[in-house]
Amino acid sequence: MEDQPPAALTPMATYAFRMYVAGRSRRSQAAEENLRALCDFYLPGCHEIEIVDATEQPALAEEERILATPIVIRKSPLPGYRVIGDLSDRSRAAFLLGLPDSGRPSPEGQRL
Amino acid sequence: MTDRPTIQRILTGISGFDDIAVGGLPASRSTLVSGTTGSGKTLFALEFLARGISGFDQPGVFITFDERPGDLRVNARSLGFDIARWEAEGRWMFVDASLEAGEQTPTVGTYDLGALTARIAHAVRQIGARRVSLDSLGSVFTRFADQDLVRRELYRLAGMLDSLEITSVITTERDADYNGVTRQGVEEFVFDNVVILRHVIRGERRHRTVEIVKFRGATHRTGEWLFTIDPEDGLVVIPVAFLAPRDRASSERVSTGNTELDAMVGGGVFRDAVVLLIGSHGGGKTLAALQFADAAYRAGERCLFHAFDETRGQLGRNAAGWGLDLDVMEASGLLRVAATYSEVASVEDHFLRIRRDIADFAPARLVIDGISALERRATPRTLLDFVIALGGVVREREITTLFTSAPTARGTSPIMEIAGITDVTLVLRHIEGPGTVRRAIAVMQTRGSAHDRAIREVAIDDTGMHVGDPYPGILRLLPDAPVPPSDREE
Repeated sequence: MEDQPPAALTPMATYAFRMYVAGRSRRSQAAEENLRALCDFYLPGCHEIEIVDATEQPALAEEERILATPIVIRKSPLPGYRVIGDLSDRSRAAFLLGLPDSGRPSPEGQRL
Repeated sequence: MTDRPTIQRILTGISGFDDIAVGGLPASRSTLVSGTTGSGKTLFALEFLARGISGFDQPGVFITFDERPGDLRVNARSLGFDIARWEAEGRWMFVDASLEAGEQTPTVGTYDLGALTARIAHAVRQIGARRVSLDSLGSVFTRFADQDLVRRELYRLAGMLDSLEITSVITTERDADYNGVTRQGVEEFVFDNVVILRHVIRGERRHRTVEIVKFRGATHRTGEWLFTIDPEDGLVVIPVAFLAPRDRASSERVSTGNTELDAMVGGGVFRDAVVLLIGSHGGGKTLAALQFADAAYRAGERCLFHAFDETRGQLGRNAAGWGLDLDVMEASGLLRVAATYSEVASVEDHFLRIRRDIADFAPARLVIDGISALERRATPRTLLDFVIALGGVVREREITTLFTSAPTARGTSPIMEIAGITDVTLVLRHIEGPGTVRRAIAVMQTRGSAHDRAIREVAIDDTGMHVGDPYPGILRLLPDAPVPPSDREE
């Protein structure tokens, strides 16, 4: 790792997210949809999303000490921001996940 | 038992607690253990699991919101519990919900605690847990903004544990020891089973008490019970076993060390008897206590002698004056003397030390010379608890026990209460006779046998104590008129 410079936080870097849900509830589906939508908006073509069902993989949830679901964790680039909830306020979720340009207010009517 | 058959119980294994709980916690239910900071909640939760594994081979899951698992392992280690080994054996599992320093997860939109529930269910299944401890509810609430949501989720969790037939202990915080409810307000009303741990200062002394507020549909003892946190034994609830019915009573009689006194109590005391001797200072209590110890020595049995009024040196000199050689008795291995001033430790600590000595030395007899000295450190209730607790320990082992006491500084009422629970009560005191001060002895009560009702003269010389003829005339030997206990409180 030492011979590589730190990855620059440009929009071109690949963002990886892991989202934990608990079962296939409406809330789980809404959270997943919201995450995909905000990634498509802010990180078109440079993101990966992994969905983990804590009821199916509790050991993984234990490892990451997850309590509340849904929760999204930014796996890369670090730091590993976490946001709990169904992400119904997408621009706020994007801001809390540290996505590029997410600080700007989203224009009225924008499909976020 | 008076227990209704529908409520199964699970023994906690926590020393003394199962006695006041009349058989342990309601099985397959959640019990809320509520207390202020430092009241011993976490220890209760930890011991409930550890003693379940070590005593009953019941695996347990510990859900920790407060302390890190590493810290809990270290704390448990000092009590002799090797959690890491149990984890390796698949008998203990942590669900680590403790907070990283500075960690605060923001929320956007709605959520639930589904992952926590899934983790707990997973852990329970993985090791086949019979017990779960969750420490503490309050920390879950501080972690999330939506209090109603958290409450709903926690009830759902408790419901899940119940349906899995898990017996669980859930701790929660109280802001004050006596103002009624938990910090979040409603838990004590919602849970069926509630235990409160308190840590209060009363009479300039720190007290820990445990109270079972409710066990729905199951009996338990009411009121607050003293407990202590022992560095080796953990939680020890003081009044143990004594109040439980005795399965068997000894019919074998042993000597008090004085043949005339033996005759007065109907031919010696029963081997499992607890004897109380009340007497004024210089009245001959310590002599009677030494003769009681000597009777064990002559029978080739071990005696443990705890003196609160005198040093070992003073005791030895007194004994020599009556023809008894404590050094020889101790060297034989049949006598162990422990002389401590009552002030050096709390009454609870004295109890633990004596209990440990009993376990270690396995005496046939026990003498506690001068329990009234303990009153300088305790309330009358504490003194009573001390005797009750020790009574439980000695009866279980059929140790013939003698307590001696002066009439106490607050009058005689606490000692009279103690007399109400001992098997034999003797009074030995000075009498102002015509022109002389003499001594007299009487038997106030003997449980399970007839006794001499006469007040007899006592003579003390260099060969010991001699009980003589009935005292002529009418005497009032019992120390003072009974005092209503309520007038004597604090």
